[in-house]
Amino acid sequence: MLSVAGIRTFYGQIEALKGVSIEVRQGEIVTLIGANGAGKSTLLMSICGNPQPRAGRIVFEGQDITRLSTHAIVRHGLAHAPEGRRIFPRMSVLENLQMGATVADPAHYADDLARVFKLFPILERRQQQRGGTLSGGEQQMLSIGRALMSRPRLLLLDEPSLGLAPLLVKQIFRTIAEINQREGVTVLLVEQNAFHALRLAHRGYVLVNGRIALAGTGAELLANREVRSAYLEGGHGAVPA
Amino acid sequence: MEYFLQQLINGLTLGGIYALIAIGYTMVYGIIGMINFAHGEVYMIGAFIAVIAFTALGLLGLTWVPLSLAIVLMLAIGFTAIYGWSIERVAYRPLRSAPRLAPLISAIGMSILLQNYVQVLQGAKIKTLPPMIEGGLTLMQVEGFSVRLSYLQIIILLLTVSLMAAFSVVIARTPLGRAQRACEQDRRMASLLGVDVDRTISLTFVMGAGLAAVAGVFVTLYYGVIDFFIGFLAGLKAFTAAVLGGIGSLAGAMLGGLLIGLIEAFWAGYFTVEYKDLAVFAILVIVLIFRPTGLLGQPEVEKV
Ligand SMILES: Nc1ncnc2c1ncn2[C@@H]1O[C@H](COP(=O)(O)OP(=O)(O)OP(=O)(O)O)[C@@H](O)[C@H]1O
Ligand SMILES: [Mg+2]
Repeated sequence: MLSVAGIRTFYGQIEALKGVSIEVRQGEIVTLIGANGAGKSTLLMSICGNPQPRAGRIVFEGQDITRLSTHAIVRHGLAHAPEGRRIFPRMSVLENLQMGATVADPAHYADDLARVFKLFPILERRQQQRGGTLSGGEQQMLSIGRALMSRPRLLLLDEPSLGLAPLLVKQIFRTIAEINQREGVTVLLVEQNAFHALRLAHRGYVLVNGRIALAGTGAELLANREVRSAYLEGGHGAVPA
Repeated sequence: MEYFLQQLINGLTLGGIYALIAIGYTMVYGIIGMINFAHGEVYMIGAFIAVIAFTALGLLGLTWVPLSLAIVLMLAIGFTAIYGWSIERVAYRPLRSAPRLAPLISAIGMSILLQNYVQVLQGAKIKTLPPMIEGGLTLMQVEGFSVRLSYLQIIILLLTVSLMAAFSVVIARTPLGRAQRACEQDRRMASLLGVDVDRTISLTFVMGAGLAAVAGVFVTLYYGVIDFFIGFLAGLKAFTAAVLGGIGSLAGAMLGGLLIGLIEAFWAGYFTVEYKDLAVFAILVIVLIFRPTGLLGQPEVEKV
């Protein structure tokens, strides 16, 4: 469904992605783990054309999207809930969701809104509240809900569990599984929370310093010694006892 | 009391015109964080189109005012929209990621260029238009002083109020207005959701230019005299209005415009015509000392 082949992305002179290739197949949850600054967010943003990679190719559902501008790329059926949530602070929750439907068929709007409210009932109760005044967890739900409003076939999620209480983290992961299984949305998930992410994902990639260091199924990576010592033992990705 | 009422009517008419121009400043500032210094010139071009078009329609024998006014408004809006769009393409878009000073300078350059361009094409002399819409209502008559509301003032006030209302609805309720606000708040996120940011910014310039054109048509009808330099002072005052109301705020631009018109009319009416501009700017300074964000501007309070 999505094939990223040898992309190299720069910030000025700094090479943040040094020839990254990944594959995401229809119906999968693929996770991308790696230390801070490894380039995970840059990879998701490069897929969306901002910044555009200087070399390499990105093909989505058979179409080369490497050189398209961001607003054209998302029209092809992918949506991104980016790092830091980026809720429009001076818009209501409802308006944020309407913005999510920018590229959607207006005929689906009512259905999509109902679906998002079903996934995140709190959003329905808060729909007139300004985005900027939501709690962190509520903003995270709004960010995912907003991305779903365009009926994406591929959903890019950048650290959806960041800063959330453990109970909420569980709920977010359960929701991701639900979106994937019940609605058939393919997911590319960036996570610090490697344990949860690898358990949830069909496959995973480990990004180290702008390069893919390891790839495998979720179970394989969970069992891998290097992965365990680098991302699972100690730190915030710790395996619960 | 009668005199007061008369100044109120005059001030509101003038203020409505300033408000129409001020909306363009505030919207462009909102979306790209830049003062469009060429905006006063767009208004000036609107006024020139009005003179030329009214004169041409007169020569063609079209003298029925409602029709000729409608045609002139359309022409003025259409042409200035092209100017507004081009100004953004030429002076701003290439500098979108440049340091902030660069687009500021190119905007001032664009303003001077447009002034000279009109001066070369139309000459430096003033242009006049004979009164097109005469007559009016006498609202009150006391001891030889009558309070008059001219038909032209009625037209200006009605059209201004409807335009401002329509505009507020567009910004608050339509997908285009929502996209504009989204670009104001987080351009990168807006593009991730499929908003064509460049197109949205262009449309903002076009909308602002259209309103300035209407103001240009009104001023031409109201005063009957224009020249290539009118954009400077009117632009400065409308910009003042936008800052007074709170730059970036649509309601603020409308309120600021009305206030400036009223201050001017009352100052000229009760004190002296000479220092009315000074009064306007002095009040701006005073307001900004006590409310740096303007009357309706909001300080940023959201968490990041
Ligand atoms: N806008 C930018 N300008 C310059 N350098 C940047 C920019 N954004 C990211 N970088 C650099 O690119 C590298 C990769 O950053 P990126 O945000 O992709 O990391 P990440 O894997 O998402 O990290 P984290 O887990 O902390 O979110 C880092 O070294 C970072 O400093
Ligand atoms: Mg990141």
